[in-house]
Amino acid sequence: MNTKTHIDQSLIKTDEMVLNMGPQHPSTHGVLRLKIHTDGEIVRKIEPIIGYLHRCFEKHCENLGYEQIVPFTDRCDYIASMHMNHGYALALERLMGIELPPRVEYIRVIVGELQRIASHLVALGTFGLDIGAITPFTWMIRDRERVLDLFEYLCGARLLYNYIWVGGVSHDLPEKFIRRTKEFLDYFTPQIDEFDQLLTFNKIFIERTADVGILPPDVAVNYGVTGPSLRGSGVNWDLRKNDSYSVYPDLEFDIPVGTGQMGSVGDCWDRYYVRMLEIRESIRIINQALKAIPAGDVHAAIPKKVRPPKGSVYSRFETARGELGYYIISDGKNIPVRLKMRSPAFCNLSVISEIAEGWMISDIIAILGSLDIVLGEIDR
Amino acid sequence: MSEIWTSTMEIFTSYGSMISLAGVAIFGVMAVNALVAVYFERKVSAFMQDRLGPMEVGIFGFTGGKNFWGGIGQTIADALKLLTKEDILPDSADKKLMILAPFIIFIGAFVTFIGVPFSSVLLVSHFNIGIFYIIAMSSVGVVGIILAGWASNNKWSLYGSLRSAAQIISYEIPAGLSLILVVVVAGSLNIHQIVEWQADHRWFIFHSPMTVLAFFIYFISGVAETNRTPFDIPEAESELVAGWMTEYSGFRWALFFLSEYANMLIISILASVVFLGGWLSPMELFSVFPDSWLILDGVWWGAFWILIKAIILIFIMMWFRWTFPRLRVDQLMHLCWKILIPFALVNLVLVCIWELV
Amino acid sequence: MEFSQIKKVLDIRCSGLFEAEIDRHTIRVLPENWLTVAKVLKADADLTFDSLMCLSGFDLGDSDMLGIACHFYSMDKGHMLEVIIETPKKNPTIPSIANIWRTADWHEREVYDLYGIIFEGHPDLKRILLPDDWEGHPLRKDYVQAETYHGITIKKDKTYWE
Repeated sequence: MNTKTHIDQSLIKTDEMVLNMGPQHPSTHGVLRLKIHTDGEIVRKIEPIIGYLHRCFEKHCENLGYEQIVPFTDRCDYIASMHMNHGYALALERLMGIELPPRVEYIRVIVGELQRIASHLVALGTFGLDIGAITPFTWMIRDRERVLDLFEYLCGARLLYNYIWVGGVSHDLPEKFIRRTKEFLDYFTPQIDEFDQLLTFNKIFIERTADVGILPPDVAVNYGVTGPSLRGSGVNWDLRKNDSYSVYPDLEFDIPVGTGQMGSVGDCWDRYYVRMLEIRESIRIINQALKAIPAGDVHAAIPKKVRPPKGSVYSRFETARGELGYYIISDGKNIPVRLKMRSPAFCNLSVISEIAEGWMISDIIAILGSLDIVLGEIDR
Repeated sequence: MSEIWTSTMEIFTSYGSMISLAGVAIFGVMAVNALVAVYFERKVSAFMQDRLGPMEVGIFGFTGGKNFWGGIGQTIADALKLLTKEDILPDSADKKLMILAPFIIFIGAFVTFIGVPFSSVLLVSHFNIGIFYIIAMSSVGVVGIILAGWASNNKWSLYGSLRSAAQIISYEIPAGLSLILVVVVAGSLNIHQIVEWQADHRWFIFHSPMTVLAFFIYFISGVAETNRTPFDIPEAESELVAGWMTEYSGFRWALFFLSEYANMLIISILASVVFLGGWLSPMELFSVFPDSWLILDGVWWGAFWILIKAIILIFIMMWFRWTFPRLRVDQLMHLCWKILIPFALVNLVLVCIWELV
Repeated sequence: MEFSQIKKVLDIRCSGLFEAEIDRHTIRVLPENWLTVAKVLKADADLTFDSLMCLSGFDLGDSDMLGIACHFYSMDKGHMLEVIIETPKKNPTIPSIANIWRTADWHEREVYDLYGIIFEGHPDLKRILLPDDWEGHPLRKDYVQAETYHGITIKKDKTYWE
């Protein structure tokens, strides 16, 4: 049924209402303020205002040693902290030219993919919650708890790990970790089919999200959108394949891309479904990595003093939300001159002012949920 | 002179006592229904979401027990808390309207209960136009909703109340059309005669395929009338916080909830009376144990059957809420005007043809 | 394409407008030439830098220049380029590329917010992370914190610690 409400703004002259979805709101995923100019229910202009969670991360880094920065990177994107750590460690290892033992690389991959599963579960659960489906949220959080239990067994923390250090990891895998991970994967794989039955192919959900908030691929690339939001628009781009780092070249996995199965390419349903499929691919990667992990010492390559040579590096990493970039300028001392973190959600959020015009307020919630932002990494 | 005075006083006191007794009884029913329904909903939703729900608060010294009865005193504790909460009236809100709005909604539900039967004799008033009265009175609540949203002086509340008004008014039509279908077949608006017709023939839902469709249309419109998911756009939690109820706290908020659950009960009882045989026992329908006491018929058994059927329908409403996402406003309107109403009209015509043939 | 090949293409299209640092794989452009070079980077058929990965400001602290570093990437050709533009601290202005790559819109606002570099031609240059009435540009090396902000003391109050 055709219920799309894209209308030509110039034909109608009515009073405009300025709504404020303030910093405190149940579904803005953090302290985000949206100033919405509406004409009745139709949105004319939307302006995101950020900065409510700015904690001066980059200024702090100019006074801290390189090893001391790792816990601070955790707190930027608190839903996917392992990825933040890993991106930072990767940047410094490239700058210093450190060669890592293979066991460290495999541990990082296993932990990173588990973190990707946990982050996507939160993204999908809260997306369903915004649309009105409350039960899938509780089920997904229940399964995420098991991932967090694995992380607690590994390094003692549930959310902010400080685990992946420059040159290695902080703790080796405890003895039962591999067995418990295998048990978790055996339990979890049929659960995804349950989620699909309950939410993904539900007619009301499809009507709310298909053909809504279409993001054309050239607009996405121009705005710097990366990650599942870009892949939902049909662009086959994943840094794990295109810019391969770590042991990803040795592992076999596919990159899910949005195909417009339920509506058009690049609508909210495509971005949602790409994340669902990515969870399945992560399970595949973890299974392969668990089989192939070699023995070794995880602390072998950790330098005594982290003192990179003079120079600069820009390195990128694929987190759950997209391309995370670290630009580090070093002048040979043990504290950085400049550390810039290019966060994926920063660019993902900027595209909302482009694609959200002409939709209704309920659709704005859906589009915001499908972009999957975390204010911690936007504001740093 | 004194005779006229005493006789008017007699009428006044006798009617007055009847009216106040009826009023207290209805309020008692509404309160008990809210208490039980809220606890039931919390437990049902919890089990569907793989958690336990309220488990701590016991009642009269009974705590624990099995998983379902653990927190049975929870709603009473919540009701006491709501009664003692601070009564907040925002500074720039319209105070008189804000105080008036919950009472209008409450009165809408209260007055509807006058015509709703709980058994063949357990009802407040025996209307000859029973069905018409119930439909008419349940629309009074819309005024209260609009007043609540407007008086809160909050753009989000205004959005919620206008959406709610549009929704309730639109969904009255398919609900009314489905009930008219039943009235056409039974030949009377009187509830007793409808149930007697079902006693003589069979329950309405088995009468013809058209009445099955009418039951579904009525039930879906009923869910939309009470603002439950998937039609709970007016109180959409994730968009409008609590929609038109956002600015209310304490006892007034409790009144809103009381009337919402009372509306659910009214819709379910009406559906079970009109389509599912009301206070008739299912044994009679399937001719099990004919002409013996095991047929479980009678005044108190009648009340039992009506309540069981209403409780099953309420359970289904709760099941809907925790399974489906919510529809967007224009999809909601599209569903009503372009799908339900044409189907209901065609259904009506087909049933008339069925009756003639 | 390797850096040397990129440099060759740029030598043909906009010679004299940039300086190449071959060991660091970067080119340096003066602010007045920046828009021309940027348009070439986007539009040229051999280069096609369609994605601006990151635009960061920096203040090395040892000279009186502020700078920005732009990292470009081409999604179909697969090559990368870093461009550095420096401008004096006294009156920092750089032309804006927000209309060429829309990624630059918010990144340039952030650089303006934290360093004070004015981007000419930017559609809506205002502070993004800090409150609109904040004074100063914090990431500069010579930034001195104000004492109070709307009556709230900024510096940490350690009177009860020692």
